[in-house]
Amino acid sequence: MLGWFKKKLKIGKKEEPAPEEITGAEKIGLPAGKDGEYLASSPLQTDVQKGSEEKTASILQEDVTVLFGRLKEKLSKTRSSFVARVDELFLGKKVIDPELLDDLEEILITADLGARTTQELVATAREEVSRNELSDPQALKKVLKRKIADFIHSSDQAAELVMPKEGPFVIMVVGVNGVGKTTTIGKMAYKFVRSGQTVMLVAGDTFRAAAVEQLQIWGERVGVDVISQQSGADPSAVIFDALDHARKKKIDVVIVDTAGRLHTKINLMEELKKIKRVMEKKVANAPHEVMLVIDATTGQNGISQARLFSEAVDVTGLTLTKLDGTAKGGIVVNICREFNIPIRFIGIGEQMSDLRDFDADEFVEALFAENNS
Amino acid sequence: MFENLSDRLHKVFKDLRGHGKLTDKNIEDALREVRMALLEADVNFKVVKDFVAAIAEKAVGHEVHESLSPGQQVIKIVHEELIGLLGGTTATLELAGKTPAIIMMVGLQGSGKTTTAAKLAKQLKKQGRKPYLVPADVYRPAAIEQLHILGRSIDVPVHPSQTDQDPVTICRNAVIVAQNSGYDTLLLDTAGRLHIDEKLMGELADIKGAVAPAEILFVADAMTGQDAVTVADKFNQDLAISGVVLTKMEGDARGGAALSIARVARKPIKFVGVGEDLDALEIFHPDRMASRILGMGDVLTLIEKAEEVVDRKKADHLARKIQKSTFSLEDFLDQIQQIKKMGTLEQIMGMIPGLNRMRQLKDMPKPDEKELGKVEAIIRSMTAQERRKYQIINASRRVRIAKGSGTNVQDVNKVIKSYSEMLKMMKKMKGKIGGVPVSADGKKKRKRPKGLFR
Repeated sequence: MLGWFKKKLKIGKKEEPAPEEITGAEKIGLPAGKDGEYLASSPLQTDVQKGSEEKTASILQEDVTVLFGRLKEKLSKTRSSFVARVDELFLGKKVIDPELLDDLEEILITADLGARTTQELVATAREEVSRNELSDPQALKKVLKRKIADFIHSSDQAAELVMPKEGPFVIMVVGVNGVGKTTTIGKMAYKFVRSGQTVMLVAGDTFRAAAVEQLQIWGERVGVDVISQQSGADPSAVIFDALDHARKKKIDVVIVDTAGRLHTKINLMEELKKIKRVMEKKVANAPHEVMLVIDATTGQNGISQARLFSEAVDVTGLTLTKLDGTAKGGIVVNICREFNIPIRFIGIGEQMSDLRDFDADEFVEALFAENNS
Repeated sequence: MFENLSDRLHKVFKDLRGHGKLTDKNIEDALREVRMALLEADVNFKVVKDFVAAIAEKAVGHEVHESLSPGQQVIKIVHEELIGLLGGTTATLELAGKTPAIIMMVGLQGSGKTTTAAKLAKQLKKQGRKPYLVPADVYRPAAIEQLHILGRSIDVPVHPSQTDQDPVTICRNAVIVAQNSGYDTLLLDTAGRLHIDEKLMGELADIKGAVAPAEILFVADAMTGQDAVTVADKFNQDLAISGVVLTKMEGDARGGAALSIARVARKPIKFVGVGEDLDALEIFHPDRMASRILGMGDVLTLIEKAEEVVDRKKADHLARKIQKSTFSLEDFLDQIQQIKKMGTLEQIMGMIPGLNRMRQLKDMPKPDEKELGKVEAIIRSMTAQERRKYQIINASRRVRIAKGSGTNVQDVNKVIKSYSEMLKMMKKMKGKIGGVPVSADGKKKRKRPKGLFR
């Protein structure tokens, strides 16, 4: 839950050699300054990082326990089928035989890891078996777990998110139709608001019927402003005006919704490039984050989505939605591996609080952990 | 990009040329490639396993009496088998029976139920029916509003549902409204839900019980991966769906989910969604789908892509110009730009079946993107008059154009020459009624303008 902010904080320090001199409010994602206002009674702390975490934690503590329980519960659905099956395989057998490896292949492929990645993983495992390094099926499991985690970690250069010197932090959300962009934006806004940021949403989806209304309802729920124009307006124009507005109102975080589009539509991808150019013009270095939303049920096409969206607008982060179903979302392992894009969040439900920070170890651990919860 | 199946089989059978018969060993190798192709297309693991086993038997049977190219033969068997599984014939909606006929849309979140409902309503209206759209999604923000806006744009009435109403009540009321107002087809747009959400799945069963729909269409995203089987199976078990709609097919997903769903639910795929436009709903073609899943040269995509970038009006205009022999350099420029919009030349070539294999030969000259840019620059450096009438471009004009476009006179000459040849060709074509001359082997012969290819 706090990883998102922690990461940013660390980098913030790296970028600014003398962190003591900056107040928390200057950095985005740092609940410090604003939280300080919340808890005016607590004495000023020199160690900004520690203080902020404690405060945030205390505010959210109650929530966190509830959330954690929920996360566990949601993940356990994914886990139960996967882990149960892996365990079923490993427990009964002492020696690794080809049949076991075949069955393992099946499990990885059905998790949408893709045939090629699976073959590589299993081949590595096979190699190690023939070298007699492994006589224990449990050890094989460990190897696999480590390999998958490595793939994810290889892209885990996560935190380059530092609040710009002036102006808002701009997040542009992109993805194909129906992956859950608008819902994710609503949840993200809630997350930022709770950490004390001022947030503004921009209805850049002027194409789909009632997309603007959908975002407005989310805005009301979370209690943040939504900038919109009539349906059919040029999204770039909406965003241009919105960024002006955000500057005047000294908004911390601006989240821009865009219309869902298939990555193969050349004209629509051009439109996306234009939107990005407009942002760059208006706010230096904006968008600071280009977030690609991927549906966990997506199969191998996810690779193509990541590739083409990256080519067009240089994606800097992923959100994996709909993980509360039975889909395993294994495709993100491939995306991480091939494009080095870090996964920021996972969506695990339709409630406002159903957005979690992605934690690679937790993700892999949850997939492989003993199923005793 | 994935290599397509025919290329892979080509590799498998390369050493086999001349022998031309299938042995157990080559079948095994070939089927391994088939298996990979299917898995990469997101066909479910178990479905692939069964399928490949079935193919193996068939292929061995063929071994004795056929002596075609083995690669072709395997592809033929696999392709036919796939078509069979996907439902050999096209299925349509069964709306006979009691009026109003009710169509219920169900599926996961974001699969495209609302858009599909509107598209179907539009089609039904064209067929002379009187459709009535019923938004029964009270959960997602602005879902009802969305259907209202879509309904307005296709001029189909929409039931005034409220978010505080119970979906079952909404549907029941809508049927009464329809009976009183003479609507003969109801389209129920239900909320997207997870198949493991027992409460919401129960709600769907309640709606089904209350209104007895003639069709329950399961809407699925063509990009779905391995999980398609689990989802489709659960929806089918709970609701006994009557058909499937596969959406977002205009993308580059291979759509293996179609096979998984067809296999596990054993229900026909009735429609495919191929765009955001409300006309973009088509009847399902099993043969097209089979080729797509196998990743065989995707000429159809190429055609569709061309249609996407080519402005219809412009194309008609151009055809008239060719007829009247007024195809100017300006039009030539237009053509180049449209080709460029379709993607890089290499991508376009990748989609043409035969060329795909040639692309792998390293020493083959690659089409030069820059060349197109040069041609563009040269034409842009001409005056309007020059573009209309190339004959006036004399030596000094050529020097000026070359300077203006940053090229040299030879390049300018080349462009003008290929353009004038194109004009000649057009004149010839006009003379023949059939248009393109056909060579002896039945293939269409096409002359390329020289300047475009090295």
